Amino acid sequence: MPFDSYLKKRRAEKDILLMTHLVLGYPSWETCLQVIESMVKAGVDLMELQIPFSEPMADGPVILQANQKALEKGVTVRQCLNFAREMAGRFDIPFFMMGYYNILFKFGLDQFATALAEGNLKGAIVPDLPPEEGHEYLRVMKQQGLSPILFFSPTTPDSRMGHIASLARGFIYCLSRKGVTGADTSFSQEMAGYLVRCREATSLPLAVGFGIKDKSDVDFLKGKTDIAVIGSQTIRIVEQQGSGAVGAFIRSLR
Amino acid sequence: MNTRGYYGIFGGAFIPEILVSTFDELVEAFEKAKNDSVFWREYEEIMSTYSCRPTPLTFAENLSRHFGGARLYIKREDLNHTGAHKANNVMGQGLLVKRMKKTRVIAETGAGQHGVATATMAAKFGLRCTIYMGAVDVKRQRPNVFWMQRLGAEVVPVTEGTGLLKDAINAAFRDWITHMDDTHYVLGTACGPHPFPEMVSYFQSIIGQEARKQILEKEGKLPKGIYACVGGGSNALGIFRAFLDDPVELVGVEAGGKGLETGQHASRLASKDGSIGVAQGYKTYFLQDGDGQMRETHSVAAGLDYIGVSPILSALKEQGRIRAEAVTDQEVMDALSLTIRKEGLIPALESAHAFAQAFKEAGRLSREDIILINQSGRGDKDIFTIADAFDDPSWKVFIQEKANEYAI
Repeated sequence: MPFDSYLKKRRAEKDILLMTHLVLGYPSWETCLQVIESMVKAGVDLMELQIPFSEPMADGPVILQANQKALEKGVTVRQCLNFAREMAGRFDIPFFMMGYYNILFKFGLDQFATALAEGNLKGAIVPDLPPEEGHEYLRVMKQQGLSPILFFSPTTPDSRMGHIASLARGFIYCLSRKGVTGADTSFSQEMAGYLVRCREATSLPLAVGFGIKDKSDVDFLKGKTDIAVIGSQTIRIVEQQGSGAVGAFIRSLR
Repeated sequence: MNTRGYYGIFGGAFIPEILVSTFDELVEAFEKAKNDSVFWREYEEIMSTYSCRPTPLTFAENLSRHFGGARLYIKREDLNHTGAHKANNVMGQGLLVKRMKKTRVIAETGAGQHGVATATMAAKFGLRCTIYMGAVDVKRQRPNVFWMQRLGAEVVPVTEGTGLLKDAINAAFRDWITHMDDTHYVLGTACGPHPFPEMVSYFQSIIGQEARKQILEKEGKLPKGIYACVGGGSNALGIFRAFLDDPVELVGVEAGGKGLETGQHASRLASKDGSIGVAQGYKTYFLQDGDGQMRETHSVAAGLDYIGVSPILSALKEQGRIRAEAVTDQEVMDALSLTIRKEGLIPALESAHAFAQAFKEAGRLSREDIILINQSGRGDKDIFTIADAFDDPSWKVFIQEKANEYAI
């Protein structure tokens, strides 16, 4: 099913969708597989799989350390793409690759997009590639029918939101606040106002991420957005309670 | 350069969306200031009354005689307040911070010179200040940590990654992403996203402007070559920029560490190990593996121990306008020793790289030729590293006695 139709169908069934994040190869490939399995069973609707990078500039301490430890274990880009392809074949939800631009640049943009398309992955999230620097990336993603997920932030002016929306496909990733991943977010009236601005700027579905930790955060987002993104918190749960605790955590969010 | 900060294929601004508006504000403030002659006059005034500019050119008579070739001149950036060329950049950015009405500055530092310079500027301008420094560098540059703290800065040791300069840069960016409303990131070298390469090299260009005038006054002609060490490349670009249109050979000297063949070095342009990539917000030559993961680097000089290099230098190298060389830690120590004994000058370990390469070549030139070495900083900060390298027995006794005193 095309990604857009999938989102529409799921959205008709649920008041908010959940997207989770994990760093590939951390803490191990086996654990990644168990976590994905539990998450899918628990009703996660889409998932971003991060290729570890040595300089993850926009990530906070939890994801930063996961990146570092994965690299220390010798995780390679090729292994990540192969694993993602396997997951996309095994589980019936859409998967996105997430990674910093140098990973794509060194792999070759064309080759990267081809690998995603051949692996039945739906698109990519590249946090350090503003559209101004991403002409070639946007071109190859379009060519392969993939979604390049672009960002809105609270500091993005309306006019720029419009421009970004014109280049995006799939959905828009709205950063909930200033800062890196994993810190606390204040789910306030100010954020509600920002989400109204986001909604007015595009007809694409909106995902909101950074600092979403529990049911009250997810509840706040219902009616304001389409997708809630849970990143650092799932990694914390796996670290503290093991992969077995992930399913219950996901179910507790709804 | 086009409007997005490209030099050939190098440069750009690969930044997270959250920082785009902060960079727009910075680009605008810098462009306005650059086109405002009052700003440059204000800058020159503060540099002359606060930082001892113009710094002199010193004729190295004894070294010139020792090599029997070219006449060696040394541009004395070590005489800047805080002991390095870093003052040129931080005071310029400090004036911009005041224009932007921000109240806090953050910076990364390797050798500590940029951290001390930034903390000094913050003290003078009444700004709050946080300095990120790799945990490894905190250990090997303890005297500078001491001074930063005395100056009122918070020094944050960065333990992530390799605990070196690149990790301090990432930590500073993370802070900036969170606090951009009241905070400016005083990036220390001509790297990072646009407009930093242009801005830092613009403030540093005062070095070359002075040096060009001084050598013409003294010798009536331009030098044959100019030697500068290259970490990020700010002192090198600072002295090179004024000579780009002249028939002068420009030599950038990188950290060859334990030797290029060992892989333990920080040579991105002179070795075969560098390749083009995008990290820390810009495109340039990096020391990285085939997957694009940054490699570990090594240099006896903390300030040169960096994975990337200014995109402006990468472009100049590809155009053939600069020559890139690398010297080993051992060659650096030998050059340092000779400079101290012959001239009574103590260059920083970073600067001693430029001396080492110039010494290799001076003897092959004629006495009519002039070469210029940029002494980007003074070596006092390196006393522990230098004493270790020279295996100085009396220094060890002193440290032992001092340790005993503290233990009591």
